Amino acid sequence: MENNDRTIIEVRDLEARYGETTILKDVNIDVRAGEILAVIGGSGCGKTTLLKHMVGLSRPYGGHITIDGIDITNGDEKSFARALRKIGILFQGGALFSSMTIAENVALPLRAFTDLPPDAVGTLVRMKLCSVDLGGYEHHLPSELSGGMIKRAALARSLALNPEILFLDEPTAGLDPVISAEIEALIMRINHQFRTTMIIITHSLDIIYEVAHRVVMLDKSAKGIIAQGDPKELRRSSPNAVVRQFFNRQANLSKRSTWQP
Amino acid sequence: MSESYALKTGDNGTVAIQLIGRIDHHGAARLLKQLQGEVKQREPKQVTVDLNRVTFFDDFGLLVLFQLRDHLNKQEVPFRLVQPPPKVAEILARTSFDDPDMCSPLPHAHRDNTVVRLGAATIQFYNSLNFVISFLGSVILAMLHVIRHPRDLRVGDTIVLMQKVGVDALPIVAMISFLLGLIMAFVSSMQLEQFGASIFVARLVALAMVSELGPIMTAIVVAGRSGSAFAAEIGTMRISDEIDALFTMGFSPTLFLAVPRILAAMIMVPLLTLFSDIFAIAGGMVISVSMMNLTVATYIDQTLKALTLFELMWGLMKSVVFAALIAWVGCLRGFQVRGGSSEVGNAATSAVVSGIFLIILFDSIFAVIRSYW
Ligand SMILES: Nc1ncnc2c1ncn2[C@@H]1O[C@H](COP(=O)(O)OP(=O)(O)OP(=O)(O)O)[C@@H](O)[C@H]1O
Ligand SMILES: [Mg+2]
Repeated sequence: MENNDRTIIEVRDLEARYGETTILKDVNIDVRAGEILAVIGGSGCGKTTLLKHMVGLSRPYGGHITIDGIDITNGDEKSFARALRKIGILFQGGALFSSMTIAENVALPLRAFTDLPPDAVGTLVRMKLCSVDLGGYEHHLPSELSGGMIKRAALARSLALNPEILFLDEPTAGLDPVISAEIEALIMRINHQFRTTMIIITHSLDIIYEVAHRVVMLDKSAKGIIAQGDPKELRRSSPNAVVRQFFNRQANLSKRSTWQP
Repeated sequence: MSESYALKTGDNGTVAIQLIGRIDHHGAARLLKQLQGEVKQREPKQVTVDLNRVTFFDDFGLLVLFQLRDHLNKQEVPFRLVQPPPKVAEILARTSFDDPDMCSPLPHAHRDNTVVRLGAATIQFYNSLNFVISFLGSVILAMLHVIRHPRDLRVGDTIVLMQKVGVDALPIVAMISFLLGLIMAFVSSMQLEQFGASIFVARLVALAMVSELGPIMTAIVVAGRSGSAFAAEIGTMRISDEIDALFTMGFSPTLFLAVPRILAAMIMVPLLTLFSDIFAIAGGMVISVSMMNLTVATYIDQTLKALTLFELMWGLMKSVVFAALIAWVGCLRGFQVRGGSSEVGNAATSAVVSGIFLIILFDSIFAVIRSYW
């Protein structure tokens, strides 16, 4: 990682709740500009919840979050809008607009926030779609694509304006190994070329070891962060058994079993 | 069907059950019932189960053993497994069969008492009221914004929606209105004819339709067709994170989704109402001409005499308000969706019900205003 230690996102004492249930508490994260941070942890531990709080979609029960110095938990609407312009998000389910074609989905932010002529927007859309291997699907509706293709189209949309900060919720889940590797390469290339800060929620050990500079590990029973740092380091020497178990892929053997002689 | 069992009763009241063959989900329920029947009938002092001739055993087999043991425990009859074959023993060990707590059924979901539920409902009502008011404010602000910056209106969407709300609803509105005109003319002519006043049928149909029934009936049809559609569309977008995506991309969901719908309704519903008036008058004319010997010319003449421009405008003004209400509440119900797809269905239903309620409520308000004019 480049030796630029400017903190671009600051999460302070975050507490997140749904109704009466506390999902996360005492969460502190400093995301440094230009780094790739992987957020990992078991299913249902609150990774998506953390993301929704970090981008201001959910109001925290307690604590503060700042994006590039802008407090998005208490700030006024104008500065919040300014913070939103810096970020791109890939939602876990893609969240493509189902009434628009793939090309229109990608073109939407380009039309709204740039003054490019329609032709240029069209070209740019094709470039973005080709970079996720979806050339030729411009005029398909999201309902006509497979799950993995929707993920990739949504990735292309989140990249449309080359945001400073990119949040990716499981970018390679449900993709085959070849496409996954391409997406990983794309992520690294974008990070390298534009020094885009990335927060990637993932279960993929490839991303954790090969792509991420740093990981934050959440845990359901601890309701917060149980480990933070270099993945290879954590694997070797974390004092926490849950962390080592995750990195070494040890299963809790299922209790259901069948026997046939 | 292949599983079965053999039973032996020993001298000191011991019943030895030997299970044979496959025990899987096909026969588990029947086997359990049979075994419980046997136990009831024989009233044993002790029961042993032998699994050595079992050829297939999975958790349905386990379930049979759990339930049988539970059943016997209640009657304080000792239950014992004959040393099972190694593979079955492995399954038993893994489920800790010997731990008596293992076979307890699912606990019932916790239910709060009435006071707590009442409190929760009150808080929820307060929150939803908050939401309604802030959504109203946000729609009004977005509308004002569009008036000042017309280029921010999504014109393409609005036109498509105008077609859906207006043009596509024309056949059903026309048909219902025509029939309504027929019925009104028919029913009223029977009464008016007794006084030789059947010529007034034309006035009655025209006035009733233009000032009251036309706007209400059209609005109800639109609430059923489009109000529910708005709620379902927006609700679906909510649960698939599309609204969140819009928001984080820097668009205002109100401006993007609600404003085109409300505008399309406010433009098209008055036009539909106008058509509705015309078709109802045509329906009334058909009855009057065919059954009451009025000429077409007299009918039209009477209609025009009864109608004033004010009456027509009053009706259309009401329909603009109804349109705004229907579309607003449809969008509101959509944005209120939380959770899963069943919520989308509820939102669509609720959009129609609230829409019709608002139509009637505001129509009464208009009637009061009119009477104090
Ligand atoms: N809208 C909601 N209302 C109530 N509880 C919720 C809601 N969304 C999530 N939860 C709860 O919050 C917890 C964390 O959910 P979250 O979606 O953040 O998990 P996650 O870490 O992203 O899991 P996954 O890896 O499966 O995507 C879960 O236990 C879930 O039950
Ligand atoms: Mg998630």
